[in-house]
Amino acid sequence: MIDLDFRERLGSFDLDIRLAAPAGVVALFGRSGSGKTSVVRAIAGLSRPREGRIAVAGTALFDSAAGIDLPAERRRVGYVFQDARLFPHMNVEANLRYGQRRSGAAEGPDEFGAIVELLGIGALLARRPGTLSGGERQRVAVGRALLARPRVLLMDEPLASLDAARKAEVLPYLDGLRHRLGIPIVYVTHSIDEVLRLADTLALVDGGRIAVAGPVTEVMARVDLGPLVGRFEAGAAIDTVIAGHDDRYALTRLAFDGGELVVPAVDAAPGTELRVLVRARDVMLATQPPGAISARNVYAGRISALALEEGAHAEAAIAVGGVRLRARITRAAVAELGLSAGMPVYAIVKSVAVGRPGIGARNSSGRTPA
Amino acid sequence: MDLLSATEFEALRLSLRVALVAVAATLPLAVLVAWALARCRFPGKGLIAGFLHLPLVLPPVVVGYVLLLLFGVRGPIGSWLDAAFGIRLVFTANGVALATAVMIFPLIVRAVRLSIEALDPGLDEAARTLGAGPIDRFVTVSLPLMLPGILSGAVVAFAASLGEFGAVITFAANVPGETQTLPLAIYAATQTPGGDVAAARLATISMTLALAGLVFSEYLARRVSRMLGR
Repeated sequence: MIDLDFRERLGSFDLDIRLAAPAGVVALFGRSGSGKTSVVRAIAGLSRPREGRIAVAGTALFDSAAGIDLPAERRRVGYVFQDARLFPHMNVEANLRYGQRRSGAAEGPDEFGAIVELLGIGALLARRPGTLSGGERQRVAVGRALLARPRVLLMDEPLASLDAARKAEVLPYLDGLRHRLGIPIVYVTHSIDEVLRLADTLALVDGGRIAVAGPVTEVMARVDLGPLVGRFEAGAAIDTVIAGHDDRYALTRLAFDGGELVVPAVDAAPGTELRVLVRARDVMLATQPPGAISARNVYAGRISALALEEGAHAEAAIAVGGVRLRARITRAAVAELGLSAGMPVYAIVKSVAVGRPGIGARNSSGRTPA
Repeated sequence: MDLLSATEFEALRLSLRVALVAVAATLPLAVLVAWALARCRFPGKGLIAGFLHLPLVLPPVVVGYVLLLLFGVRGPIGSWLDAAFGIRLVFTANGVALATAVMIFPLIVRAVRLSIEALDPGLDEAARTLGAGPIDRFVTVSLPLMLPGILSGAVVAFAASLGEFGAVITFAANVPGETQTLPLAIYAATQTPGGDVAAARLATISMTLALAGLVFSEYLARRVSRMLGR
């Protein structure tokens, strides 16, 4: 759906982007200054690559070889900026209609009402942007971009300037969008939670390049990418389905390709798809089946990769059924237990470690786990 | 007793009319020039900006004198205007408006330019991604947000117009009922034996106008900023 292959000179380094992403949500993930925003600005036509090609759904927006460079106002690209950028002198409705009126397309049967309802901004229509909260502003900005009937939706850290409560307010709406829109979404973020919750494809951006790109769970499982994802958040993203609840102990059982994961209760119906993040630092390894132990999740698996780092740590990937867990352990433990690639081990995950932040609803209801 | 003599009333009327004409005629050009100076890059920009701002730093008499050279009956522009259109500016009410316009032009340009530089370029980008072309963006986004600057520039320029003296008296002279504005009438009264009362009366009117202008601009500023949702 989105084909990027371009070079651009930025202030301190060169942007060299090659990415072919399938339909759905593509997350551009990376540290600040890695060039994520520059990529979406180039797609939008707000900056101009030195050479290369940018195409969305088969339509070239920029192609230096063919002499194509559509001006930004003719690219039909929906852009949701980090700081919303609503027009302060217009009320919410005028803001929403700004792009719609210029899209040239006749309004579908109550397209306006549908998007207003989807984003929950019906009560705000007469208000001025200056009187809105940060979360309301971002929802209006999303609506404004969508009503212009874009061929791709670009979201540049739409939640970064919001506090945790506002984020929680906007996320379900974004989650709901993914399934309803027939257009690709490029989502820039430096939050792994948002990636897990929203993205289908994950592209890691580092130093102006796409370091790696692929389905979220695959990319997250790679041991060698720790430095890019950040030590603290590194872990395995696992697609699961709610198998059942244990009301007595307030637990939820999640089924995945490799067993069941017991976590603190999630407020969603059985059958709901959830993607959870099991952080590498929350996974222990044992060479024998542990006996009496408080951890609820013990899996027999096999070490598929082992990376010793400088300093105290080592990182192991453990194949459990069809998924790969990651464990962050000390080098001392590796030596003492004699761990090596190919060795059978038991991976132990504390239930309480799989907390709310790593849990994102992946069903189409758009409901948040409370 | 009448509050004002006929010539004094005429001076007041002329002052207001000249100020209105000068501001109205200057404003659109000043906005364009301010936009070009703030947003465009072209050779000789610094020189042009300096030239336009000369009236702020030159003695007004010098401005009036230069206008006399250019727009006088034998001046290059004046003779052409006379020959082509039969328009004479020297020693006429239109001449007063011209001299005033030249003096207030840099005032408006400065105020408008500041408001252009205060515009958030991000809003312009947002409008671009929503499909708005350059002129569309200027009219629907930039211009409304520049309005406070344009209005405050216009009010200041209007007040300055009412007080313009040196350039006007040099270029258009001091003809009662023809080119005599309020300040010129005050000057004339102070030069006339027994004119003290008239001078005081006219000075009071002058102050009242200035004060009203200030109050009005405050009111306008508040209205506009509410309109802009600040």
